[in-house]
Amino acid sequence: MVIASALAVSACGSDSTPRYLDGAAAGIYGGECAGSTGDEIAIYSGRTENLIRPVLDAFACEKGIDVAVRWGGSTDLALLLAEEGDRTAADVFLSRSPGPVGFLESQDLLGTIDTEVLNLVEPQNRSASGTWVGFSGRKRVLVYNIDSYAPDELPQSVFDLTDERFRGQVAIPATNGSFIDWFTVFRDQYGSDVAAEWLSDMVDNDARYYPNNRSIVEAAGRGEIEMGLVNHYYQYQEAAAEGDSHRASNWDLADDDIGSLLIITAATVTASSERTDEANELLSYLLSEPVQRYFSEETFEYPLAAGVQPVDILPPLQALEIGSVDFDALGGGFAETTAIVEASGILNQ
Amino acid sequence: MATTTQADPAGRKTPALLRAGGLVLAFVFAFPGIYLTYRAFGEGADPGNLLFSERTLAPLWRTLKLAAAVSAGSLVMGTGLAWLTHRTDLPGRRIWRVVLPLPLVYPTFLGAAAFIRTLNPGGLANDMLSGVGVGTTPELRGFFGAWLVLLLMCYPYVYIPVAARLRQLPSSLEESARLLGDSALAAFWRISLPHAATAIGAGTLLVFLYTLSDFGAVQLMRYDTLTRAIATNHLADPPAALALSLMLLVLAAAVVLAERWFSRRLPDGSRASGPEPATLRLGRWRPLATAAVAVAAFAGVGAPLIALVDWAAGGVARTFGDGRPLTVDYSRVADATLNTLWVSVVAAIVAVAAVLPIAFLVGRYRSRAGWIAHAVVISTFAVPGLLIALSMRFWTLRSDIAFTLFGDTFALLIFAYIVRFGSLAMGVSVVAVRSVPDRLHDSARILGAGPLRRFFTIDMPLMGPALLAGAGLVLLSVMKELPISLLISPLGFSTLATQIFGSFEDAFVAEAGLMGVTLVAMSFLLTWFLVVRRQEQVSGPERR
Repeated sequence: MVIASALAVSACGSDSTPRYLDGAAAGIYGGECAGSTGDEIAIYSGRTENLIRPVLDAFACEKGIDVAVRWGGSTDLALLLAEEGDRTAADVFLSRSPGPVGFLESQDLLGTIDTEVLNLVEPQNRSASGTWVGFSGRKRVLVYNIDSYAPDELPQSVFDLTDERFRGQVAIPATNGSFIDWFTVFRDQYGSDVAAEWLSDMVDNDARYYPNNRSIVEAAGRGEIEMGLVNHYYQYQEAAAEGDSHRASNWDLADDDIGSLLIITAATVTASSERTDEANELLSYLLSEPVQRYFSEETFEYPLAAGVQPVDILPPLQALEIGSVDFDALGGGFAETTAIVEASGILNQ
Repeated sequence: MATTTQADPAGRKTPALLRAGGLVLAFVFAFPGIYLTYRAFGEGADPGNLLFSERTLAPLWRTLKLAAAVSAGSLVMGTGLAWLTHRTDLPGRRIWRVVLPLPLVYPTFLGAAAFIRTLNPGGLANDMLSGVGVGTTPELRGFFGAWLVLLLMCYPYVYIPVAARLRQLPSSLEESARLLGDSALAAFWRISLPHAATAIGAGTLLVFLYTLSDFGAVQLMRYDTLTRAIATNHLADPPAALALSLMLLVLAAAVVLAERWFSRRLPDGSRASGPEPATLRLGRWRPLATAAVAVAAFAGVGAPLIALVDWAAGGVARTFGDGRPLTVDYSRVADATLNTLWVSVVAAIVAVAAVLPIAFLVGRYRSRAGWIAHAVVISTFAVPGLLIALSMRFWTLRSDIAFTLFGDTFALLIFAYIVRFGSLAMGVSVVAVRSVPDRLHDSARILGAGPLRRFFTIDMPLMGPALLAGAGLVLLSVMKELPISLLISPLGFSTLATQIFGSFEDAFVAEAGLMGVTLVAMSFLLTWFLVVRRQEQVSGPERR
């Protein structure tokens, strides 16, 4: 169960009585807290507090390293990091989607992660240049209202969504970070012309714009919209929060369809960090078995390391599935993606 | 620029120190503007080229349409509510006065989400209506959705300053009008409205500028404005985002100058405040007026609150039932509540103190330096909070001294809040300064009172209500502020708004609901203590 820990994030060693974690953090580390080493690292986290705090609490307790966090949107934090440059307080940046990481990489603001840490994940889930490592995955899916559609009526490919029978029924989070990432890979795989034409056909088919994954999942649950292209993750959060009144479910498109892309959340060390040992220790902690299991069981994400399998309710990832986003190749792709999205007319309905 | 000495019509010279102070303040408030300009040209942005592209013009036009419509609505709603609750015998007006400013405390993303989740298909209100046989309600989105939510969240920008102004109007004016046979409504048109005109204008301007800067409501309502275009391009095309931001700022400055041109042609309003504000009898209009105020309060405060309570209740029920239990860490919520309380109170007080010198320059001395500072302070209100936060960070990194002094401090956080919201206290402060009669100063000077003594014995008591209104506007706005609180605060600092944001992002709706209710409850108490009660002390007991 996810119950936020009552324990402060600071390491717990100043008095001699043994300290233990409780709540979700205890599920990650159940032992006695180590005495504080006096070390501290600063994290800018684009992942939200409710679900990441237990991990950081467990890290602070087990390793005796104090953790200070700035929470915020991944994009906003990336902009702040760019503004702060080599004077940033941050040692580690956790991003919810690849875009902000690509942006920071293009500005030379990311340091190189230790090889042992990088090797904890498969090559497609880490940067070739060693600047980022994936620590959980989110799969693109079609979320749909279960009162409007039965699974056997749903399509196999995003290319089917331009079909007349889905007119006015599909929501697209066209300005959302992970959609932009996905669409950039789409362009990379099929060419910009095909991708732009697909989006334009979607607009002609009265696809509807929503600002983010979350609002689509929520609207599908109320029946305001029949279906939408989102990350798998939000459906599980919404269902956990709303229970049966949330009338939506995830639909996995075909394994080899671009609509089944796995998008990873990434951890990075800043180029200016002077506490790279502690930073690397945190990154490897994120990829350790208990934390990967936590991501699988408590946040319903795809684990990427330590041999942890996705929890039962998640459809298994198939070998045929298109690999995760290659940030390195995405570098300059976002500007054109954004231009295509703006020109498509989807934003103005 | 200002000449070395300037004289107002009464022959007073602008004190040099005051003018210097005003210019320094203008510079400080110009930080975001200078930052944007520097960055835009450093990144090779091309505002001219961008301005005439369809990509810019379409969102720009929609932004202007929305801002104009929200302003017009707020003007009517804010003024009407202020008049009904402060100049008439409306039943329950003391409660209305505490309730009506409160919509300001809802972050617009939360307000919009509350309306969407409640009114739209499948929502709470929808379910209740279908229970009594009404089919699906129309889906709230686009221009109308954004307009409605922003109107309900923004009318207090007009209501609060106008209410403060109306409290001060000498009763004799309206009473004479009534004695001469005018109806209550006629007295409103002929007396109250003209005398409150500058306050109405200043408040409406704030609504316009806020709408330019809003992202939360327009985003959720899927109405495509300039702020969306800026947000989308931040990472993808930074020069474009900067050019668009600069465009927003220029637009704001133009509107501020236009408002000034317009307000100079308005009557200055009578000075001196009577101890007893007039209370007009509504007579047979009473039920209708009461219903109108109740509907406004319900839509602006009650409806979102019901949605928040509904979310929270759902979470509590789940905790005892079968779903994901509440993940509220009470010590953290208590921390966030205390943090919210103290930063907003401190920011409100400092903001009023910061804009007061400019208000004196403008209101008493009609100094050109004052007008420049005034325009800078108010235009800055159109800059989205994210850009204010980034600009503050930018400035602390320009020199080692600034970095050492302000790097990661509360001083910087408060400073950023003041740059973001000082404009809210600006307009009301000018109205406050103008409401002090010259002749009181002249008499006091003849009796040998020095400037400081005159400030504390004459100005402050008379300006009190309006200044408190300004402080109240800043207070409620800081309480809900998000980007600055997230990005500029010392590491580990959280407010209720940042906690709500975090919870809401990952569908911890019940948690967001609980903290939202806490936020509203706290702002209710603060409004009561800091605005209403103080106002009543300053302006004397209310006549029954």
